Amino acid sequence: MEFIQTLFANQLLVSILLSALPLVFIVLMVLVVLYTEMKVAAHIQDRVAYMRTGWHGVLQPIADMLKLLQKEDIIPTKADKVLFRVAPFVAFTGTYVAYAVLPFSSMYIGSNINLGAFFLVAAGSLVVIGILMAGWASNNKWSLFGGIRSAAQMISYEIPTALGVIIVVMITGSLNLQDVTKFQDGGIGNWIVFGGPLPWTQKLMLMPFTLVTFIIMFVSSIAEVNRTPFDLPEAESELVQGFNTEYSGMRFAMFYLSEYANLFTVSAVVVSLFLGGWSSPFASFMSGPIWGIFWFVAKAYLFMLIQIWLRWTLPRLRVDQLMFVSWKVLTPWLFVCLLAVGFILVI
Amino acid sequence: MIINMGPQHPSTHGVLRLEIVVDGEIIVDCIPHIGYLHRCFEKHCEQMTNYQQVIPYADRMDYCSAMTNEWAFALAAERMLKIEVPERVEYIRVIMAELQRIASHLIAVGTYGIDSGAFTPFLYTFIDREKILDLFEMTCGARLLYNYIWIGGLSHDLPVNFIEQVMDFIRYFRPRIKMLNDLLTYNEIFVKRTANVGVLPKDVAIHYAVSGPQLRGSGVNWDLRRDDPYSIYHKLDWQPQIGKGEVGTVGDCWDRHIVRMREMEQSLNIIEQALAGLPEGNVKAAIPKRIRPEKDAEIYVRTEASRGELGYYIMSDGTASPFRVKARGPAFVNLSVLPEIARGGLIADLVLTAGSIDIVLGEVDR
Amino acid sequence: MSALGTYFYNIFHSLYTVVIGMKITIKHLFTRSATVQYPTVKMKIPERARNRLFVNIDDCIGCDQCSIACPVDCITIETIKSTPDMDLGMTSKNTKKRLYVPRFDIDIAKCCYCGLCVWPCPTECIVMTDVYEFAEFDRQNLIYSFSNMTVEESAAAKERLEKYNGELAAKKAAAAAAPKESPVASISTALVTPPPIKPEPPAAEPNKG
Repeated sequence: MEFIQTLFANQLLVSILLSALPLVFIVLMVLVVLYTEMKVAAHIQDRVAYMRTGWHGVLQPIADMLKLLQKEDIIPTKADKVLFRVAPFVAFTGTYVAYAVLPFSSMYIGSNINLGAFFLVAAGSLVVIGILMAGWASNNKWSLFGGIRSAAQMISYEIPTALGVIIVVMITGSLNLQDVTKFQDGGIGNWIVFGGPLPWTQKLMLMPFTLVTFIIMFVSSIAEVNRTPFDLPEAESELVQGFNTEYSGMRFAMFYLSEYANLFTVSAVVVSLFLGGWSSPFASFMSGPIWGIFWFVAKAYLFMLIQIWLRWTLPRLRVDQLMFVSWKVLTPWLFVCLLAVGFILVI
Repeated sequence: MIINMGPQHPSTHGVLRLEIVVDGEIIVDCIPHIGYLHRCFEKHCEQMTNYQQVIPYADRMDYCSAMTNEWAFALAAERMLKIEVPERVEYIRVIMAELQRIASHLIAVGTYGIDSGAFTPFLYTFIDREKILDLFEMTCGARLLYNYIWIGGLSHDLPVNFIEQVMDFIRYFRPRIKMLNDLLTYNEIFVKRTANVGVLPKDVAIHYAVSGPQLRGSGVNWDLRRDDPYSIYHKLDWQPQIGKGEVGTVGDCWDRHIVRMREMEQSLNIIEQALAGLPEGNVKAAIPKRIRPEKDAEIYVRTEASRGELGYYIMSDGTASPFRVKARGPAFVNLSVLPEIARGGLIADLVLTAGSIDIVLGEVDR
Repeated sequence: MSALGTYFYNIFHSLYTVVIGMKITIKHLFTRSATVQYPTVKMKIPERARNRLFVNIDDCIGCDQCSIACPVDCITIETIKSTPDMDLGMTSKNTKKRLYVPRFDIDIAKCCYCGLCVWPCPTECIVMTDVYEFAEFDRQNLIYSFSNMTVEESAAAKERLEKYNGELAAKKAAAAAAPKESPVASISTALVTPPPIKPEPPAAEPNKG
């Protein structure tokens, strides 16, 4: 990052360039993930997806984006004009700022702040505001339902997420995501999901708890992104499209983009907290700044694949069952893990 | 708050309008508005030049389960005219009706999965259903609306390798039922969504004249193929499936779902036995060229269609076309119980409850 | 089971069934898909398939049976009787055709593909083919006209028929008015009936055939 600053004298230009970089990454990543989701979903369901745009449909995501770009922007007459227009951008902003603290590699991190993990959890709440605005401003009872459910869901699932972050922070001692990743450098045995780079007695005692924490954080991250089995806000069978119903064209594309960007964010968070971020699983083989980006994206992609797999297997949970899972299953277990990890680290 | 689950909605199976009075997310009242698919079936029947022409119209009433519709009407006309059909015709009709029952239940189960959020079982059930539709296309030429079961027999005899293909299908389909059960029915999330939801108590079901898998799901041991037998069902060995409240209350949505899954297995047994005992013979009885019942003859015949008790009332005035045909559609009667069982649940439950009734709007509105 | 026991059982049972479901879907991820990629690959249509109608108009005897049998009245047939001096030819079943068919329209958009028109045809000239790709942009193109008589031909046939009928009617009128000329008839009338009292009107000229 420093060498880029030496290239351009103007500080403002450098900041703008660096903050535009994740945007480019998001767009490219969304195209790839869209294609993956389409094809994986199709083959799980014993059918082939698009085959005619490009070889086996590789150009289809581009075609989808182009289609959304050229659609008419319909705003319902009685909708709240300002909120309706602003909502998608608020939601996308909430997703986008999280990219500032993701450690893509040892050399590149948008903003190396000492509160990285905490910032992530806080910025995720901005998305809730965007969705609530969309649900309310649409002047449509079904969208309202979607918006309110989504708000309840996201708020409740931030608690397990935050608790999981606390547990990792207890082990590593720092909220800075770059430091957390450096802590896990050195091969697969050092990953926190397997106990972290600690003496083997502590590691053995820590391992079941970190494993459980990892699974719970993964589940709550799916809930944060509104994907099945937690996709009530956009439950297609009930609410047509939930808070999305009245949106068309580029505004809908913004929501869509923010959903997939969020998907990557939460996968990336789980990966950097538990699975070693940009560090290679083979200690020094295939490691380095450029390899770091590859490992980071590959691990996050693996988790997105698992989320896609889950989406097309499971039915969805009802609102009260969702709340039950969050408050009565995930949170108590995490408290137990918290106590246990704290105890083990002290003795 | 009054919400409209309008005629166009991804999960009301067809054009059905549900007016829901809601308090937060709890449903206080639910009023179904039907009639969006009314096609004047009964009036058309009066305009037909003969009874045989009614069969394509009867097909189109419950388009997901056309063979059973045709059979019920053909049975009514045959009983009115006192026509005896050959034994072979009875066996083939049973095979076709049971294959059709499997196809219809596959649609019900698949779309029920979509209602609850699992998109994959739908595709799997439709792949299986394609095989059944291929069998039908081989026999009578059409995939969905057959015009196969005629008054006095059938339109075509079975084609050459029909029996082998049906046996292949049975062998292919049995493990698929198990796979569907593993994927959807016993999945804990699905169980939690459907157990104790939309509970239809036994006495309410009987009072509302509910029939078919919905009635059996509430624990009532009533199946017209055994209790008011027609054709050769009394000669075959099979059991009606009853809901026992295995994961919740008796008569909840899960019970209705598992009754449908188990009925598909029973249908496979029936088909196997019917194929084994298939006699040789003609497939067209000797019926007069102009079917003309006597004046003021009337008859009501009921059969067990895929969705319940399908009945036809025919009244004749001595001419070649019927004077009045009334179809008692099971989906219409089954839908009438929706306000009772949806009360007190959440909106998410309403979708699953309406889906478990398994309505086809063609039959509701005729 | 105690409440706590149920709680733990539920959690582990949920995870177990979720894993079973995921096992099934991942297996399907690697099996061959069931899609037939129409239109590059088309499925085979069975022999008895009921798709678009076709009429071999050379075989049609104009009996109207198919039109009567159709439940949706999509077949419209107009016929003109032929006169004895015209030879319309034979059908494939070696019967003589006696009716001109100037109009045989099937509105294939109305047709419900039930096949009821195929059964009563005596010469099997109306059949259901295996063509299922016949979509049109204009609805008028879906009214198929199978007749091969031009407007002039049908006008000529109608004229011939009218003329023939006219001549027949005139012949009948003349035969009713003229006295019976045959010997048998005159003997019988002479033996049975008494001779008329009034003088008869003069005999009309016999018509030219």
